[in-house]
Amino acid sequence: MSEQGVDLGRRRFLTVATAVTGGVGVALVATPFMASMKPSARAQALGAAVNIDISKLEAGAMLKAEWRGKAIYVVKRTPSELQRITKLGATELRDPNSEEPQQPAYARNEFRSIKDDILVLVAVCTHLGCAPEFRPEVAPEDLGSDWSGGFFCACHGSKFDLAGRVFKGVPAPLNLPVPPHRYLADTVILIGDDTGSQA
Amino acid sequence: MKHSKASASQYTGGRLAAFGNWIDDRFPMSKMWREHVSEYYAPKNFNFWYYFGVLSMVVLVIQIVTGIFLTMNYKPSSAEAFASVEYIMRDVEWGWLIRYMHSTGASMFFIVVYLHMFRGLMYGSFKKPRELLWVFGMLIYVALMAEAFMGYLLPWGQMSYWGAQVIVSLFGAIPVVGEGLAEWIRGDFYISDITLNRFFALHVVAVPLVLIMLVVAHILALHEVGSNNPDGVDIKKLKDEDGIPLDGIAFHPYYTTKDLVGITVFLAIFAAIIFFAPEMGGYFLEHANFEPADPLKTPEHIAPVWYFTPFYAILRAIPNKLGGVVLMGMAIVVLFLLPWLDKCSVRSIRYRSTTFKVALFSFAISFVALGWLGLQKPTSTYTWLSRFFTLVYFAFFILMPFYTRNEKTKPVPDRVTYHG
Repeated sequence: MSEQGVDLGRRRFLTVATAVTGGVGVALVATPFMASMKPSARAQALGAAVNIDISKLEAGAMLKAEWRGKAIYVVKRTPSELQRITKLGATELRDPNSEEPQQPAYARNEFRSIKDDILVLVAVCTHLGCAPEFRPEVAPEDLGSDWSGGFFCACHGSKFDLAGRVFKGVPAPLNLPVPPHRYLADTVILIGDDTGSQA
Repeated sequence: MKHSKASASQYTGGRLAAFGNWIDDRFPMSKMWREHVSEYYAPKNFNFWYYFGVLSMVVLVIQIVTGIFLTMNYKPSSAEAFASVEYIMRDVEWGWLIRYMHSTGASMFFIVVYLHMFRGLMYGSFKKPRELLWVFGMLIYVALMAEAFMGYLLPWGQMSYWGAQVIVSLFGAIPVVGEGLAEWIRGDFYISDITLNRFFALHVVAVPLVLIMLVVAHILALHEVGSNNPDGVDIKKLKDEDGIPLDGIAFHPYYTTKDLVGITVFLAIFAAIIFFAPEMGGYFLEHANFEPADPLKTPEHIAPVWYFTPFYAILRAIPNKLGGVVLMGMAIVVLFLLPWLDKCSVRSIRYRSTTFKVALFSFAISFVALGWLGLQKPTSTYTWLSRFFTLVYFAFFILMPFYTRNEKTKPVPDRVTYHG
């Protein structure tokens, strides 16, 4: 075919314009498909807040609940455990002052909790999402003599203190997250919703 | 053997021949047969290592066929998945056999693919002009890992669940978009029914399609450039008067027959595993997976299936989440770059320097060692060993441009040899 009399500039413009229009079309059509993979309305509804009754929780013990398919740990710490938390600092911990946004503002304090003794954590290791074990005992055989109680992730060996703060030299980068929560009554905690709470 | 090249229609006489000609006038049937089978000339010195390409095709077929039959009884929902697998094992006629073929097939797939890849490393099959062939092969490997990973969630056992949890969390390590991305992959805030349902769709429809297309591309690229061989000799350089390589023999009937022997031996081993050790002591089917998934209880020790453990060991070796994820990704990315990292013009290990032999041997050892370490609990000794072997793994690639640049090689012969 002869190219004589062909306006090449016009042809090029039309080729590019057609390709771009087609590309935009493909991107637009792809959007609903990609968006359909996001958490659905039902998944979001099932992720709503849950109540936890802590009236039977004794000092030094832990209670497990579930929110959004994740384990929630509620620990009632003894005075001596709280004292051990205060002894740990920047030499042992990555983020002793909770500077990383791993907790709501009302839990950004020494014990990472609304009430000093009641700790609420999302039990999902910040390394790769395993559930860390609650290991409150001091210097157990498997964790070494300098262990002063906390959470240990058996998957990859990450260690956290009794306020969920991560130790140095372990794979987990961040403190265990404190979920948004508030007290509905003295012994009832609402996990996943903290509207109106400034405790 | 006579090769008819005169026309597209090679059939003469008879009704069947007439039918063949009828097709050939409308579809390049006999042309494709000649190009890819009866007149595809492969080097005549293929050794043991050259079985693993065809064996991976055999396993692919086994996986597709058994997979189709498994979907007839499997239920991709978190409430029913675990029980439906038990149902297949106990109540469906021959269900146990079909399922064990599929689960054993997954491990065997990686065994033959790893050996196939190692063959490529030894004989320089990734080198010019086979760079793209290698890249297609690597893409197949990546697709295969995705396929295996998503398939492993389907039985909905404890290890299925927590393995998926760990791997999907890897995406969460990416700064800024990571958490959203992980949520998008799961379709939920945790690994749930929704995640299982979509992994089923991807495992059964999407990834197999991609795999098959990549395998076609891999074979087309191979037939375009021709097969390498244990001597790394270019057989297309010396041809007879008909243009057939002097060191080449037709794929059919020579290699089809030879491959049948390899396939038979392979299938005998495959059957022995299915019948006598389908769990392979917890390596092919992990013990923790015989318990239904429990989102609230992590198994005490999470280890991926053996074929992922080398990369898992690299991930664990790094005391930094993002660093570990990046390094694990890099461990696969560097493999893609191999054709451009190796500066030596000699292909086969037979004519390469001792330095290269040592390097390749150390790499192979480190891969196996990392694989073993990835199965162990993370004690500090093992972590340090993992770090050491991670270093060896990467040194093989990163130092490659230096130790291969002025390599002391032996003279490469013009024709292929028969060292066995």
